[in-house]
Amino acid sequence: MSARTVLLPALAVLLLFALAGSLLIGPAGLSTPEALLGLFGSERGPAARVMREIRLPRSLLGAMIGASLGLAGAALQGYLRNPLAEPGLIGVSGAAALGAVLTLYTGLSAAFSLALPLGGIAGAMAAVVLVQLLAGREAGTITLILAGVAVTAFAAALTSLALNLAPSPFAALEIVFWLLGSLSDRSMEHVWLAAPFMVLGWLLLASTGRALDALTLGEEAASSLGFRLPAIRLRLVLGTAFCVGAATAVAGAIGFVGLVVPHLLRPLVGHRPGALLPASALGGAVLLLLADLVVRAIPTAQELKLGVVTALIGAPFFFALVLRTRRETA
Amino acid sequence: MTALLRAEGLRVALGRRQVLHGLDLDLSERELVGLIGPNGAGKTTLLRALAGLLAPEAGRVTLSGKPLASLPPRSLAREVGYLPQGGGSYWPVTAAELVMLGRMPHLGPWRKPGARDEAAVAAALAATDAAHLAARKVTQLSGGERMRVLLARALAGEPRLLLADEPVSGLDPYHRLEAMEHLRALARDGKGVAVVLHDLTLAARYCDRLVLLDGGGIVAEGAPSDVLSADRLASVYRVRALHGFEGGEPFVVPWDPLVQAREAR
Repeated sequence: MSARTVLLPALAVLLLFALAGSLLIGPAGLSTPEALLGLFGSERGPAARVMREIRLPRSLLGAMIGASLGLAGAALQGYLRNPLAEPGLIGVSGAAALGAVLTLYTGLSAAFSLALPLGGIAGAMAAVVLVQLLAGREAGTITLILAGVAVTAFAAALTSLALNLAPSPFAALEIVFWLLGSLSDRSMEHVWLAAPFMVLGWLLLASTGRALDALTLGEEAASSLGFRLPAIRLRLVLGTAFCVGAATAVAGAIGFVGLVVPHLLRPLVGHRPGALLPASALGGAVLLLLADLVVRAIPTAQELKLGVVTALIGAPFFFALVLRTRRETA
Repeated sequence: MTALLRAEGLRVALGRRQVLHGLDLDLSERELVGLIGPNGAGKTTLLRALAGLLAPEAGRVTLSGKPLASLPPRSLAREVGYLPQGGGSYWPVTAAELVMLGRMPHLGPWRKPGARDEAAVAAALAATDAAHLAARKVTQLSGGERMRVLLARALAGEPRLLLADEPVSGLDPYHRLEAMEHLRALARDGKGVAVVLHDLTLAARYCDRLVLLDGGGIVAEGAPSDVLSADRLASVYRVRALHGFEGGEPFVVPWDPLVQAREAR
């Protein structure tokens, strides 16, 4: 058996372990039997509440968001044929964050609990429309990147404006903390809200796998092999918006997972962009669950934000990438 | 001979610039056609339009009588193979994996390559003497080796017609000759092959027919010795060339740039 054939099963097993760890470890100090009984048993005690209302949504969201980021990162890197692309590049993360921040700013999020994620998803959808309009009908990768950068910059400017005009320091702090990205205090309602969008996004992204393989030969050759690249780009942008937009909407901005995971797993699938998609989805789920375990395991007065931890892991990885690229081109 | 691929009154614009001014061209199976002309003549644009990658402004391209625009992209891809200029691989995949990409027009949406596809890949690699490169990473091959693998990729889809854009540019003399031998062998085996060339010596020697483009139109078409006359080389290429024969095959070697011709234009 080659490394390639065991990769997906191995990642799936790792994901099960990460999920188990995420469910069984936490500040409530439940023993493993207590936790399992709380999760699967019929009683309605405090253990059941901790497991079903706090840990289960947190673990599920961690896996779903990690998978979304890993999958979207792998798809974008394949489409752009650039290992430094990440899901935020096409503007959906920034716009989703803006949409969510606007509900915080206007106080809508206090009025009903799902206003914030719904605002985030609306922001992501607005970004898709804007990027598609800006990038035009051709499939050019440069215009797509430029459109994404423009949308991201504009969303960041408006997010800053909302912070600037925040009615009180507490409102500003609430926005900043939300922007840092976290999985704590999320409910099953968040899971149910995000799940349909994410599944739709996963399907759209998975359907681009073969075209991404063809793009190994460049855009012209891929077109000549029978792929309509403008349609592929639309699926990619929509798919990313659905899953990463929903991820950002429920958990805030979580960086680097979509950059690091595809990059680490690419050599293990023989650099084939299509084969990287499922591997990167599983790997993203594992990495985000582990990062969230780190968040809960490190006892700080203020709980560390997940986005901060992924950035702390991801940024040094970027340094290593720069050094390696320099060595290879020298 | 009936034409497999036919361009009629083909006009193509890139942005606002008119590149092809209404030209007619027939390509058939079992012949090696050289598309030649100076830089900016419209050779690559013509090849892309013939491959269905550019929509014409006016006129049309037909494959066995059917307009390209009316064909599903995948069925067009099964008939016409296209080898872009300076192609390569963006990821370090193996040569066999790269060549397998040429089978995509034959694969169902979620179907994995089967024995039939493996056989086509092996045959394509063998046809370009690249079988020994199958397990090597494409990014680590030399220019000549990479060219053979890319040619094999275009052949793996078993197209009836192959359109190749400057496949020999950047190759050393040995590999140029070798690549042209491969293309000629393909035409002898029954494929239609149209190839954009800058090297007039290779064009004169290997092609069954030459199509000389200048300023977005065809200025001459026919047997190499007829197309590459001294007058045309002077008016289109602005060069004086040496003509001769070696072993019954013609050669043309561009020799002097014609300064006066440039000033006269």
